[in-house]
Amino acid sequence: MSITGLISIALGAILVENFILVKFLGICPFMGVSKKMDTALGMGLAVIFVMGVASMFCYLVNAFLLVPLQLEFMQTVAYILVIAALVQFVEMFLQKMVPSLYQALGIYLPLITTNCAVLGVALLNTQGKYNFIESVIYGITGGIGFTVAILLFSSIRERLDSTADYPEAFEGFPIALISAGLLSLAFMGFSGLKIW
Amino acid sequence: MSIKKQFRDGLIAQNPVLVQLLGMCSVLAITTSLFNGVGMGISVLIILTCSNIVISMLRKIIPSKIRIAAFVVVIAGFVTMVDLLIQAFLPDLSESLGVFIPLIVVNCIILGRAEAFSYKNGVLASAVDGVAQGIGYTVVLVVMCILREFFGNGTFGAGILGRAGEGIRIIPSEYTALLIVLPFGGFITLGCLIAAMQWALKRQKTKNSDKEVSK
Repeated sequence: MSITGLISIALGAILVENFILVKFLGICPFMGVSKKMDTALGMGLAVIFVMGVASMFCYLVNAFLLVPLQLEFMQTVAYILVIAALVQFVEMFLQKMVPSLYQALGIYLPLITTNCAVLGVALLNTQGKYNFIESVIYGITGGIGFTVAILLFSSIRERLDSTADYPEAFEGFPIALISAGLLSLAFMGFSGLKIW
Repeated sequence: MSIKKQFRDGLIAQNPVLVQLLGMCSVLAITTSLFNGVGMGISVLIILTCSNIVISMLRKIIPSKIRIAAFVVVIAGFVTMVDLLIQAFLPDLSESLGVFIPLIVVNCIILGRAEAFSYKNGVLASAVDGVAQGIGYTVVLVVMCILREFFGNGTFGAGILGRAGEGIRIIPSEYTALLIVLPFGGFITLGCLIAAMQWALKRQKTKNSDKEVSK
């Protein structure tokens, strides 16, 4: 696998095919946890970690368990179980070993199980027939793309709540969706991006 | 709780998408043609009803500590069944919905209803709840699809109606706004729909309170 191939996967996952703004994966935490910038950053870091590790484990489960046993149709069930177990394990590990990080992430850690970006990255890895290294890179950079989007969005939203003037009916969620739409319009500018 | 009230809740007062704001990912991602919207809506309707029934039957057996894991396994089982059925009988739909069919597993609507309703209520009520919420979801999907397809492609019913499933052309193709079919349009359309819903609910509320005042 060439380095340029990996770089193009990475660039694609962060900018061109951003998980939130182009692929629409992980909208719930994107909308739910983006009111303040520091919680958004914590969520983003947790998602990077879980997406990287989840794509690694799901690749291994698929390659060494499901394919040899011809159980590919059980992919969805197997992946969601792997992810749920993984998140639980990460939670216990952090609680024991890195309590400060565990405190910072708080409630967002268990919520990652139902983040469709995590299951999505595992399924997309299988669909795209990525090998082990490509899967891990795609998982991690997909998480970075998630973090970039949620950070940008949370800084917009902080300003939206304090100073913006919009029609009453748009209060709360609708105006957030509209600003997310404008953000995704900006990300469309990357759509022609290629490194060679 | 009466069946009529449950349907009213599912469609309007507690609409899963417009009021409870659940299951955004699929609503935004796949509403580009009527075919997609109807297919996705019916899949979710079936999965939601089945998982609601099974979870409410098992609600006394499942210990509350591991209930989320148990819900996810039940839901994933039904999603896999529906996914395989669609792959076998509707390959076109399977191709255009892609990864979003297996992702119904983590759709917050289904997990949300399991947690909020069927884990606490009887089998019949849960089944009705599944149907009502599923219809509420489908209606929103179909409305989004019609709007986005109309402005973005200038057609109605792509994938179902018209010659070769291209849909009935309403706006000539030179005058369409392709942007509405792209991700940007998804966010904007849903934002406007939710705003309209908030406006309508608020207006109804003030009307009701006005009535009470005049009494």
